[in-house]
Amino acid sequence: MARFSLTNLLKTVQQGKWPYILTLAHVLLGTILVFLSPRSNIAFLLLVSSFGTLYALKTDNRFKLVLGAFMALVIIPVIGVRNIFYLEVIFQISVFVALALGLNIVVGFAGLLNLGYVAFYAVGAYLWAFFGSQQYYVLPFAPGTQPPNLPFLLPGDAFYLFMFLAIIVAALTGILLGSPVLRLRGDYLAIVTLGFGEVIRQLANNLDKPLNFTNGPQGITPIQRPTLPQSVVDSFNAVFQPIVGRQVETSTLYNVMFYLLALFVIIIIIVVTLRLEDSKIGRAWTAIREDETAAVAMGVPLVSLKLGAFAAGASFAGVMGALMAASRTFVSPESFSFMQSIGVLSMVILGGLGSIPGVILGAATVTILNLQILQGFSLYLSQLRQSDAIIPIINFAWRDLSTQLDPAKYQRLLFGIILVTMMIFRPSGIIPAQRRRREQASDKPDENQAGTEARGKG
Amino acid sequence: MKRFFGTINIRELMRPLGQMLAFSVGSALALSAIVLLLALLMDKSAAGQSVVARFNVSLFTYVLVNLPQVLIDGLTIGFVYAAIALGYTMVYGVLEFINFAHSEIFAVGAFVGVEILIALDEAGILGTASLGMAYLWLIFAILAGMIAAGSLAMAVERIAYRPLRGAARLVPLISAIGVSFFLQDLIRLVESLTTGQFNRIFPTFGNFDERLVFGQMDMGGTAITLGISIKSLIVILSAMIMLVILNYLVNATKIGKAIRAVAQDRPTASLMGVDVNRIIALTFLIGGSLGGAAGVLYAAKFTRIDPFVGFFPGIKAFTAAVMGGIGNLTGALLGGIVLGMLETFAGSYLSAFTMGAAGAEYKDIFAFGILILVLIFRPQGLMGENVAQKA
Repeated sequence: MARFSLTNLLKTVQQGKWPYILTLAHVLLGTILVFLSPRSNIAFLLLVSSFGTLYALKTDNRFKLVLGAFMALVIIPVIGVRNIFYLEVIFQISVFVALALGLNIVVGFAGLLNLGYVAFYAVGAYLWAFFGSQQYYVLPFAPGTQPPNLPFLLPGDAFYLFMFLAIIVAALTGILLGSPVLRLRGDYLAIVTLGFGEVIRQLANNLDKPLNFTNGPQGITPIQRPTLPQSVVDSFNAVFQPIVGRQVETSTLYNVMFYLLALFVIIIIIVVTLRLEDSKIGRAWTAIREDETAAVAMGVPLVSLKLGAFAAGASFAGVMGALMAASRTFVSPESFSFMQSIGVLSMVILGGLGSIPGVILGAATVTILNLQILQGFSLYLSQLRQSDAIIPIINFAWRDLSTQLDPAKYQRLLFGIILVTMMIFRPSGIIPAQRRRREQASDKPDENQAGTEARGKG
Repeated sequence: MKRFFGTINIRELMRPLGQMLAFSVGSALALSAIVLLLALLMDKSAAGQSVVARFNVSLFTYVLVNLPQVLIDGLTIGFVYAAIALGYTMVYGVLEFINFAHSEIFAVGAFVGVEILIALDEAGILGTASLGMAYLWLIFAILAGMIAAGSLAMAVERIAYRPLRGAARLVPLISAIGVSFFLQDLIRLVESLTTGQFNRIFPTFGNFDERLVFGQMDMGGTAITLGISIKSLIVILSAMIMLVILNYLVNATKIGKAIRAVAQDRPTASLMGVDVNRIIALTFLIGGSLGGAAGVLYAAKFTRIDPFVGFFPGIKAFTAAVMGGIGNLTGALLGGIVLGMLETFAGSYLSAFTMGAAGAEYKDIFAFGILILVLIFRPQGLMGENVAQKA
């Protein structure tokens, strides 16, 4: 009975004016709650999840686009300025969405497993870090011994140029690495990319001598940002001060600017991916993914197309790297570990290989899990530890719980569980790609057909 | 008894010993010759001058004096790599799949062995043990590590790989990466909950830290002793024994025949009455226990272990397996020894040859560089069949 009424409810929700009303209600509720209690995680999650409602309910595409743009461009930045932590989470989500979408081209479309994806991110980051800081003049000095007041090599506005350069350099790196190994079977590529990721990290760690290129494990800082004119800050304050409740400084607005830049990159990646998906190249990639031998037999140029996918993925990572370097004003080898690559991979796998909404959902989920839920859980445990509470049945005092048990530090466990369970139970992800959905839908008639054929042959 | 020994195939016992000897001596001679030649050529260059300035000997003497130690170290680590590489290569041979979690199986073996020894040490048993007992306890720890790692490998196969058999190639690989990550943090979690820390130290006992000294050499006034530490000797000998047993198991027993049959053609082997699932589980058991033993030996040699200890040896053993020709047991042995030697040579001499600009920290990069070079020029490995795309 309950099930029946639930399906009925689901039907009603998708009919008539209901989707519009519910979507608007969700967005409004989220916005108001976050506005009223800027520190509540639940309110924030409610606001972020309204993107999901917007996607899932059947509304007019123009309505989706306008409301989505309004939320992304106005509500989120303004809410974010009120609580910097949200802005940080949102920025992290957008960075990882962009990375996951880039990796999705490589893994989801062309079926090439890239385990060193973060290496290309590092290439982009170190490119701007070197040219956008004083590092050029630090070259002859060992880390920590450079004289003060060195000049900057380039003005901060050169950043925009380097966003394009990062695309080119990362793509070239991808081609250089890919051309020898893309001829081999996929699992070799996985290991070589993994090795390459480690090589890049070790180089970043060790290239502080004989010439100090990367400043070693300490990393490069400060890295310049592009200028943000005072007039922009003033006009933002003029419009939004009543809502924000205070004057916003330039440093805060920088975060908004980098968030918007990341959003811009994401939109470009989505447009490129959508255009590619059903183009000749996209179909060739799918053919390669499904069956290389058959693809070659149909005249698909294997190596050059694989290189293309590899380079495209690498270039998106490169531009996000440059963006990250500028927004943090600091890069160090720590940020480019193997775990980051696997993190991005588990986002893609969780959401659904080859599915754009899926990958966005995956990236957002994993980032929020990492930054908010695990952290919140750690905080909760440490509060329990300080209290006198006892677990009832087994009579275990929370105070005796080891301080080592800190969920925020066990991201690998999380990534591992995501990867294994998704592979076993739902390899196509939470939101499977359209093509896969079509395949799954046509599975049953296919089976019947195969059955009749077999019987016919018998 | 007599009948049992009568059936032992002496040739299969001796063949791997001969191969090990040939590979060790061959790679040692070849690499020494190359390095000595390079040293002779660069003796008068700036690099040679800087060595004279630092050590007060010519580059050639410096290389020559250090050579015996480098060879022994290279051989030790080479045998560890070979033992791990056999786990990769056996699974690859049977399932055509890279068991990415093998490096964590290795780590689990190391932790089980070390935890047992630490417990024995804290109970005061190791401190008072006679030399013979010390060796027995070490063997016990190695066996425990083997059992733990072997059964873990079987469990991982059953839970995370078997349901995915027949799926697209990348699916089990991604699952294996997941298992690897999961196990890393699981070790960390268990260790930090039970012991409060996750760096464990191999206890000092027996005479394992002593060195057998063969003689002394003079280098610019400082005396250099030539010798081999007992630990290295133990590592090399135990690895050799395990490799001989494995070779015998695979090449001269009925089970080995079944493993080879499954590797060659799974459906046909199944038609011939081989229980394929059992053989695959057995392959994981054997590969895993070899990895576990290698873990304990690694811990004995390098003393300190942490939950991420498996990562680099794992990757390098994989490189070794690819270098020898993945799926090929002899190849894994050759690849392990050659890679261990190459890496130790690079780690020891890079600094002297590049005037200190690039030192031992580049030896990991060196191993990956070799992997890429091998894949470019000889993707089937030194002894393997063709693995290139069927296109």
